[in-house]
Amino acid sequence: MMEPAGGPRGSGSGPETSTAVTGGETPTATAVAGDGESASALLDRARRVAESVTDPELPAVTLAELGILRDVTVQDGHVHVTITPTYLGCPALREISGDLHRQLREAGFADVTVHVQLTPAWTSDAITAEGRRKLAVAGIAPPRPAARGPVPLGLPGRRDPVACPRCGSADTTVLAPFGATLCLALHRCRACGEPFEYVKDI
Amino acid sequence: MTDDAWMTDDAWATDGPASARWAYGTGFRDPFVDIDLSAAPATDPEQLAARCLMLGDDALVYSHRLQQWITRLPELEEEMAVANIALDLLGQARLLLTRAGHLLGTDEDRLAFFRSEHEFRNVRLVERADTDFAELVGRLLVFSTWRLELLRRLRNSSDPGLAAIAERGATELAYHREYAAGWVVRLGDGTDLSHQRMQAGLEAFWPYVDELFQPDPVLAELSPELADPAALRSDVDAVLDPVLATATLQRPSVAPAAGVGGRTGRDGIHTEDLGYILAEMQSVARAHPEGVW
Ligand SMILES: [Zn+2]
Repeated sequence: MMEPAGGPRGSGSGPETSTAVTGGETPTATAVAGDGESASALLDRARRVAESVTDPELPAVTLAELGILRDVTVQDGHVHVTITPTYLGCPALREISGDLHRQLREAGFADVTVHVQLTPAWTSDAITAEGRRKLAVAGIAPPRPAARGPVPLGLPGRRDPVACPRCGSADTTVLAPFGATLCLALHRCRACGEPFEYVKDI
Repeated sequence: MTDDAWMTDDAWATDGPASARWAYGTGFRDPFVDIDLSAAPATDPEQLAARCLMLGDDALVYSHRLQQWITRLPELEEEMAVANIALDLLGQARLLLTRAGHLLGTDEDRLAFFRSEHEFRNVRLVERADTDFAELVGRLLVFSTWRLELLRRLRNSSDPGLAAIAERGATELAYHREYAAGWVVRLGDGTDLSHQRMQAGLEAFWPYVDELFQPDPVLAELSPELADPAALRSDVDAVLDPVLATATLQRPSVAPAAGVGGRTGRDGIHTEDLGYILAEMQSVARAHPEGVW
């Protein structure tokens, strides 16, 4: 509900994940099978394409760097991609599925199925080191390690401060614990005065 | 063909009405594909489905109540918070109803939009309209604390579908609880007026708190940790009491709201508020059954 419409694709019925979207006429398609490409080369290529798809809400990072890409397999030229939602109510899932379908199709894979996997649940700890670096470069503070076990109610000052992605100062404060998307909070740096987004540790 | 990539995109264009969803549009079909549900527990499927409906209806109805606050909240930050919390709960509701749908041979949309009032299994706590922001954050504190404890205990449920939802949902609820507790302390320990309204907010919904701890033998079967409602209650109190104390608020001592012959929300006995919620929530789907967009 807080999501941008996502351009012209935001309306209309999207593809069902877990439903094979068959591309009948695919003018840009290169032959997938039968042109000598080995099964492992095919899988490598499909995996590279899926890994390079960026997250619609955090376009600075790829699905792989965000830790939501779980698996890519190819069976008889049919690509199966498994993703996991960051939040159960994540409304970007459809856009992610659409992006995967489109980019794989452009790479010549006509038959694609996107599966949604619930368990193990995503945690912000799954964001890779490279993902964290790219988030910081984009001005978004990467998450602190998520608390585990029974979660005590937070007491101010108990946790490490979130460092400002712009100037590095630890003198920051929370402006809003819930930000523009489910995975973001809004913080502000007292040193440089700038507000910045923070990927919620969860 | 046209040059506009998005216009010719099969991913969008070939997905015809047959597979289009007519109610929600986020397009995930069956998120349980990778979970081996054949190893489902010994629990009777209808009884298991009823529990998924109970937990799903709590989230669905409460999400709707929270959504009604949008554009009416005191600050933009609170708009975002309440909208995000409502969206989280809607996500939990969808999956729980989907799981119930597996077991009952139907789907989330049919369960959300085509059941009547007495078929809803939510607790009555989630039905009331808040009178003010103090009541909103007070009830959110109690609801999220209770649901967090409930889901934590269901993470090892003998039903793998329920366990998967509980594991992810619990972390979301911890964040909701944090938000609510912050406001309860701020208002309770604020001015005389904010204190008074915060206390009144608690009194308003507290008669429905007792109902949260009714024993349920089927839930106990799904997770032995839920066999003892008193233990659940004491864990919930262990969180609530320090928050109330810090907020200088009194735990209300009010009589539990009576049911009908001992039957309450879980039995399909509701307050009159639910009828209005469902009328609003279901009207479009019922006016255009099987409609797609
Ligand atoms: Zn700074």
